[in-house]
Amino acid sequence: MNRPDTTFEKIAWPIGFGLAVLVLWEIVVRGFGVSPAILPAPTAIAAAIRENPGTLWEDWVQTVLKGAVNGLWMGTLAALVVALIIDRFDFLKRGLLPVANFFAALPIVGLAPIMVMWFGFDWHSKAAVVAVMVFFPMLVNILGGLAAVDPMQRDLMRTYAASHAQTLQKLRGPAALPFLFNGLKIATSLALIGAIVAEYFGSPIRGMGFRITTEMGRLATDMVWAEIVVSAVTGTALYGLVAGIEKRVTFWHPSQRG
Amino acid sequence: MKNLTAILTVVAALVVLWYGAAIKMNSTWTYDQAERAGTQVTFSELISDTMSQSRPLLPAPHQIVTELWKTTVEKKITSKRSMIYQGSITLKTTLLGFALGIVLGVASATIIVLSRIGRLTLMPWAIISQTIPIVALAPIIVVLSNAAGTGTLMVPKAIIAAYLSFYPVLVSMVKGLSSPDAMQLDLLRTYGASQSNVFWKLRLPSSMPYFFASLKVSVAAAFVGAVVAELSTSAIAGLGARMLIGSQFGEPMIMWAALFAAAILAAILIFLVGTFERIARQLMGGRTA
Repeated sequence: MNRPDTTFEKIAWPIGFGLAVLVLWEIVVRGFGVSPAILPAPTAIAAAIRENPGTLWEDWVQTVLKGAVNGLWMGTLAALVVALIIDRFDFLKRGLLPVANFFAALPIVGLAPIMVMWFGFDWHSKAAVVAVMVFFPMLVNILGGLAAVDPMQRDLMRTYAASHAQTLQKLRGPAALPFLFNGLKIATSLALIGAIVAEYFGSPIRGMGFRITTEMGRLATDMVWAEIVVSAVTGTALYGLVAGIEKRVTFWHPSQRG
Repeated sequence: MKNLTAILTVVAALVVLWYGAAIKMNSTWTYDQAERAGTQVTFSELISDTMSQSRPLLPAPHQIVTELWKTTVEKKITSKRSMIYQGSITLKTTLLGFALGIVLGVASATIIVLSRIGRLTLMPWAIISQTIPIVALAPIIVVLSNAAGTGTLMVPKAIIAAYLSFYPVLVSMVKGLSSPDAMQLDLLRTYGASQSNVFWKLRLPSSMPYFFASLKVSVAAAFVGAVVAELSTSAIAGLGARMLIGSQFGEPMIMWAALFAAAILAAILIFLVGTFERIARQLMGGRTA
């Protein structure tokens, strides 16, 4: 019971489970003759992906590269700058942290229609929604990270006569990194949600959210599923990318050494 | 107390900034109108006009408060325009999704902790599930639950809310159920306790602080999920649906009022669950996760 998991087991079980679900899905759809408008078989979805690579690519560029990624870096950068400013002033920290915490729990995605009204139908409004959605969780995490140094370590830096910038660069910055990456992991999935939802309120005739609504209206469910597959792979890949960078950058952290 | 002054100062500063932004953003319209009429706008006219447009780019805070007052206190609760009516629908979705999320989270955490194969199989998929944008799945969930014969939009919306809210519970419960250390497990073995005894008498009680700690995050996630669900399933009732309607009919005041009603509702929910958590923790002897 206590023997450690081998790498093979760690990979084989989840993939096997996924495959089993797909096979079962295929059997149910074929065996019970489920209408493709309700639930297309996995093979039909694969066919839809093979037949429309151009459309899927165009949508992906519009929603992910232009909307989500742009919003993600804008929101993260803004959060970083604001966090560094707040960090210098104790008064701001005490006042803004609870407010930011509160905002982080709000359904900010509701700003989507307002952002579309302000910035138009193209990707700018999507990036704006994503930036605002990402901002508060990132801010809270970075501030939490900057505070995650014990007094002893801070005192050590003071005995070295380190300046604020030096302490930030050598001690508190690195100590905040694990928190920053935690925030980024939340932010990547929020970014995709924001970019897709914003397209429901108006978009040019491309984009994943646009495609999902229009194809749903035509009952072309296989195309909707194709977009879902693309978005799922994108979401997982973005998460994997963040986790991969985290592993390389914070290799010294206990959570990465275990 | 010191914190309260700081918070209030920050909030006051935000409101001031907001008024400034409202004047700036709405002034384009004012100048436009004046130019068409061939008149000049004085500064005081500019201020009063940007504060009271009926379709402003950015309504001033007091306009939103007035709109909220009109749509909560002055409207009958049964009216479709009442934010209380719309909010109650969103609240119902949230609570249903929250309950479903708790059941799902606790159940899968139990499987993950009790069975090695369950852990190897389910844990990666639980993480993957959260990286998939739920909004893309939303229309499919609606179609599938319609095909399953649920009839109303409430079930798919609750499923979407549960999809977001089960994860915090799952993570905390996995941590909580595996929190008993080797010594405690050994003690139960010397008592000759069975697997189910260990679960009910040791694992479950020691997971409770973790469980309660996860509820606040979970309810917030359920609420976000409910609003997202209303936005993405073309619902006709609920705060998210009000935002959609405001957007389609070009009525920004409806959007803003719905947004603020959502924020207030979220605050109330989080506060209630937080209070519940504190009480539960005190009843358990002040243990924290």
